[in-house]
Order: sequence, then C-alpha cells, then structure tokens
Amino acid sequence: MNVTAVSINAIAVACLAFSFFKDRAKTGQALRAALKSGIALAPTLLTILVLIGLVLGFVSVETIGRILGEGSGVGGVVTASLLGSVLQIPSLVSFPLGGSLMKAGASATVVAAFITTLTMVGFVTIPVEIRVLGKRFTFLRNGLSLVAAVIIGVLVGLLA
Amino acid sequence: MVALAGVLLIAFPGRRDPSIAAFWEFLLEMVWVMPAVLVIMGLFAVWVPREAVNRHLGRGSGASGMLIALAFGTLPTGPLYAAFPLAGGLLEKGASPANVFVFLAAWACVKIPQELVELQFLGWRFTLARFVSTVVVIVAMSFVFQRLLGSREGATDGDV
Repeated sequence: MNVTAVSINAIAVACLAFSFFKDRAKTGQALRAALKSGIALAPTLLTILVLIGLVLGFVSVETIGRILGEGSGVGGVVTASLLGSVLQIPSLVSFPLGGSLMKAGASATVVAAFITTLTMVGFVTIPVEIRVLGKRFTFLRNGLSLVAAVIIGVLVGLLA
Repeated sequence: MVALAGVLLIAFPGRRDPSIAAFWEFLLEMVWVMPAVLVIMGLFAVWVPREAVNRHLGRGSGASGMLIALAFGTLPTGPLYAAFPLAGGLLEKGASPANVFVFLAAWACVKIPQELVELQFLGWRFTLARFVSTVVVIVAMSFVFQRLLGSREGATDGDV
C-alpha cells in the first residue's frame, strides 16, 4: 500500500465521518449508492484486469514500446486515439489500463490520448447522443474531442 | 474475455505466471483505492443533487459560465452518456454550446475522485500534466466548436 492509496482512504474516511455527523440518513444513502455503483462496475473492472494480465503476460515490453512507445511517433498516437474512440470505458477503469500500458513501455503522450478518447469520444454512444443533442452537435463534438485528445497527448508528452 | 483468457493460458503455459502476476498486482492496487473512491462518489451524489447542477449551469454565460461548467463537469456523477440529457436541458435553457462542450468534456475525463485513481496508477506528474493540458485544450476547443456549430446551426435547431 503506497502513500497515494493511504491518502485516498484517509480522505474517504474524513468525508464519511463529516457526512455522518451532519446527516446519518444521507450518509447511509451514499454508502448504498457506493455499493451499487461498485457492483455495477465490477464486471467491467474484472474484464479490464484480465485484459491487463493478458497484455502484460503475452505482449513483450519491446513490442508495446515499438507500437506505442516514445519512438512510435504519430502512428502510436493515432492508433491509441482511434482505439480509444471505439472502445467505451469509464474513466475510473481507463486509468489502470493506461497505467499498465505505461508500465509496459507506452509513452505518456500515447497514454494520455488513449485515456482522453476512451472517456470523451464514444462511437458506441453516438446514437444516444444524437437522439438527445442532435446530429450536428454530436458529430462535431466527437470529432473535435478526437482532435483535442491528440493535442492533449502531445502536451502531456511535453509536460510529464 | 475470461473464456479467452482461460483458453490462452491453457494453450501457452509459459505465459501463465507473468499474466497471473500482473492480474494480481493490478487487482491489489485496485482493491486499495476503489472502495474509498466509490464512497467519495456516493457522498458527492447525495450531497450535490443533479438538480443543483442543472439550476446553476442553465444561467451561466461568458467566462464565469465556463468556469461553472468546468467545475460542475468535474463532479462525480456517472458515465458520459448520463450527462447527455443534462446537456440537452442546458442547451434548452440557453446555455452556450461552448459551455456545454466544456461541461461534457470535463464530465468525461477530469472528475475529481477519479483523479485519485489516476494518481495511484499513473503518478502525480502524469496526472497534473494531463489535468492542465485537458482544461486548456477543451476550453480552446469549445470556441472552435461553437464557431463551427453556429455557422449553420441558426436555421436548423431552434434550441441553441
């Protein structure tokens, strides 16, 4: 257990204590909501963990580094962005996945572009988005978000 | 995915140990932070009801409106497609398309409790770099979005 994990748990306990002190019923509601979203998230999380295991077990660090690493250039960012646009993964799950890729040799640029498109661009949810926000809004938003993801990737590469 | 993993691991016994080791390592890291993050999200959901988001965002305009859009987008309240109806309601109420774009982008990938998970898996340098880049790029992109949307929008949907 590292410092980050300890701090996160400390924050959670502090918030929980404060909330409990303020309003018991609401706190109970919050805990039930947490349990519910945990159960809802569990299948996706497990699937991603299995995927991470397979990727790290089967694909060599050299291969990932070649496709998505520092030297992969534009190709790596484009591959990651397109893949991220097709796949639809909640941000909570995209971080461990991104972390595993980074650990295996992917560059910060690629991982940032991947996380951004995973969460911001959703080819799968386009029909829902069109119904609510209209065709033009939806296509423009997804298209520009894809462009934004590439720019964010490049910036993160420079900063991180 | 699990079935595929089973088949692969039986077919390639040599890859079994590294795959399972990676799976456990990430599972443990997840177990340390996930319950705490879910509790924080649950507390947010209870104390900051969705109606409040709607109430505050509908009116905002200009720079303050964009700040509010950004701030409310970072509240942890579910996956992106859950935000589409909210975004639709905001447009109807007269929020500018640029603000709605920022709201959706922030909702997708700069949520505060989720950032804690990012910290755990990707480290503070990456997290900070991605946070700053994302905010800057989505704000800039929102103006492009509004421009492109506005150029032919006026006549099509009356709601913007």
